[in-house]
Amino acid sequence: MPDKLTDQTSKPRPSPAGASQAVAGSAAARPGAEGGTPAVEFRDIDIAYGKFVAVRDFSLAIRRGSFVTLLGPSGCGKTTILRSIAGLVDISGGQISIGGRRVDDVPIYKRNIGLVFQSYALFPHKNVFDNVAFGLKYRNVPKADIQRKVRQALEMVRLPGSEKKLPSQLSGGQQQRIALARAIVFEPEVLLLDEPLSALDANMREEMRVEIKKIQKETGITAIFVTHDQEEALSMSDRIVVMNAGAVEQIGTPEEVYETPATAFVADFLGKANMLAGTVSAADQQTATVSLAAGQTVTVASPRALAPGAAVTVVVRPQKLAVGPAATSNRLAGRVVSTSYLGSSAIYEVDIGGRTTIRANTPISGKIAREGEAIDVGFGPADCVLLDENGSRIA
Amino acid sequence: MSAAARGNREGRWAWRLTGFVTLCVYIFLFAPIIATVVLSFNASMFGGFPMTGFSLQWYGKLLGNEQVLAAFRTSMWIALVTAVITTAVGVVTAYTLIRFEFRGKQMLNTLVILPALVPETILGVGLLVAIKAVDQPRTSLLLVLGHILLAVPYVVLIAQARMVGIRRVYEEAALSLGASRLASFREITLPLLVPAVVAGALLAFTISFDNTSASLFWRPAGVETMPTQILSMLKISISPEINALGTVMILVTVGIPLIGGLLLQGLTRLRRRGNPEEKT
Ligand SMILES: Nc1ncnc2c1ncn2[C@@H]1O[C@H](COP(=O)(O)OP(=O)(O)OP(=O)(O)O)[C@@H](O)[C@H]1O
Ligand SMILES: [Mg+2]
Repeated sequence: MPDKLTDQTSKPRPSPAGASQAVAGSAAARPGAEGGTPAVEFRDIDIAYGKFVAVRDFSLAIRRGSFVTLLGPSGCGKTTILRSIAGLVDISGGQISIGGRRVDDVPIYKRNIGLVFQSYALFPHKNVFDNVAFGLKYRNVPKADIQRKVRQALEMVRLPGSEKKLPSQLSGGQQQRIALARAIVFEPEVLLLDEPLSALDANMREEMRVEIKKIQKETGITAIFVTHDQEEALSMSDRIVVMNAGAVEQIGTPEEVYETPATAFVADFLGKANMLAGTVSAADQQTATVSLAAGQTVTVASPRALAPGAAVTVVVRPQKLAVGPAATSNRLAGRVVSTSYLGSSAIYEVDIGGRTTIRANTPISGKIAREGEAIDVGFGPADCVLLDENGSRIA
Repeated sequence: MSAAARGNREGRWAWRLTGFVTLCVYIFLFAPIIATVVLSFNASMFGGFPMTGFSLQWYGKLLGNEQVLAAFRTSMWIALVTAVITTAVGVVTAYTLIRFEFRGKQMLNTLVILPALVPETILGVGLLVAIKAVDQPRTSLLLVLGHILLAVPYVVLIAQARMVGIRRVYEEAALSLGASRLASFREITLPLLVPAVVAGALLAFTISFDNTSASLFWRPAGVETMPTQILSMLKISISPEINALGTVMILVTVGIPLIGGLLLQGLTRLRRRGNPEEKT
């Protein structure tokens, strides 16, 4: 499975680009290069609710058959963007195309999209068959075909034979499967899912995550998925659009956004990376030596020569930090503030001086360091990302 | 004897007193109704107690009374037309008020509810004055329009209450699946509104069928509704016939909502039964 993922996503990775480049690249340069028009394309979308601007200058091209996730904190405009594709909110600037066709004046019921809601939204007075058949009925599909397609869709979501049940007789997970069947049975051009898993309990969520991804692959449908759960985003997506306050922070594959966050926001939102502020004390083409505000000095890989004296932030993932006497080039001496034992790994909060605490998440080997113990944490020169004083990644 | 036991005894007396007062209130409420119904079967010539024997003669007399039959027919068709139009108007108004944002929404909301707040007599005179001002005669149409005016607020309130509970996502889902706005209203919103539609229609019917004071102002010359007919009969004498007529009124105004409610229940049960896999 991971192989397949990388295989699918290797194409839209011409350069490990920063936010602005990724947006521009995906909006303007991508079609053609990807072979065919994008399934959905946003160009400079603005969306306002009255005076409040919910989305600013949003551009994105989504390749046919791909699984794209909009990820961001609550209120950042994910739902708004999804609803704009459906035609449930009006855009105040820019244009949206579905399958190469501008949809500004196309009413929702002619857009041919599948919608899955957080709250399932199955018609309570119709049984499962009538719910799933609804979209087919309005497309004048012959009766016999409707029967067959509904049956196939129910088999796909692994609820065959449930035609006669009412939504109220199904569990939350089952209802969401029916909602999924209803949204894909008429083969829409895009499938839009707005936090479809967040109303389910943890076990069910895990299961549905795999299932949705599987069905998306089998059908080859283009899917746009909204979530504020980074695990969901990382595990399901071909590409992730990280959003903040109505604007795009970064677009990239799960590995790209996780390994090379374009901004401080992305680094923090995805996996709570450690951010170590400092200034460049010496630099050449490949490396920079940074004096941290915490007092230590580290030497890190740098994509270009930096000016000495420049303010930078060194971003290190907790998983990249080695704890104890490991042989890494950058070593920070500190004291354990707290230890969380997770079975296969442990999370340490380590005070490295200068009121800076860093978090390390390491596999357990040998003895676990306890609170108050002196400890070394370390990382290699390439295990981090450098941000400039504006919080953008230095490329 | 403990304090708890004493408290218990006091509590019991308090409950008895409450029960007694409640009983009195109900007797006061229902005694006239029961008296009317019972006396309508009285054989006596006089419309009061004591009973002298059981008889259906007053009902027979009613059936032979052309005036009463005409009033009954008038009330029936006016109430039916009022119920149908009021329900349609009320449901659409409630839908509009809940689902759409537009200028003057607050004003429309107030205007629609207003007839329920203004005293009926004032409304009665007001509509008459308005009609006179544009030099129109009093017609049955005016009477129907007046009844609609009186009943609309209640239907709107009932439908609004139900409408609030129908989540927007249902309609959005229907739209996304390819149903036009009208189709999604017809297939999704309206079926979910059915309880409100039925309740609204029944209420509108009874409001119209029962109405006395406003009808007195609005009815065209020579036309009587059931309540105004009873009033004009009372002016002449308290005949036992009036008791029979009153019983018929009670039967209609209580019976119709009852039948409607049972019908609705039956419908729901029928739909459930068409659904054999239901677990209990
Ligand atoms: N109908 C509306 N009227 C006014 N403001 C709105 C409306 N809908 C959303 N907003 C505002 O627009 C912003 C974006 O909302 P949106 O629902 O798109 O956020 P979201 O990213 O989906 O958040 P969540 O994760 O909580 O669902 C929010 O600040 C919200 O308050
Ligand atoms: Mg949302």
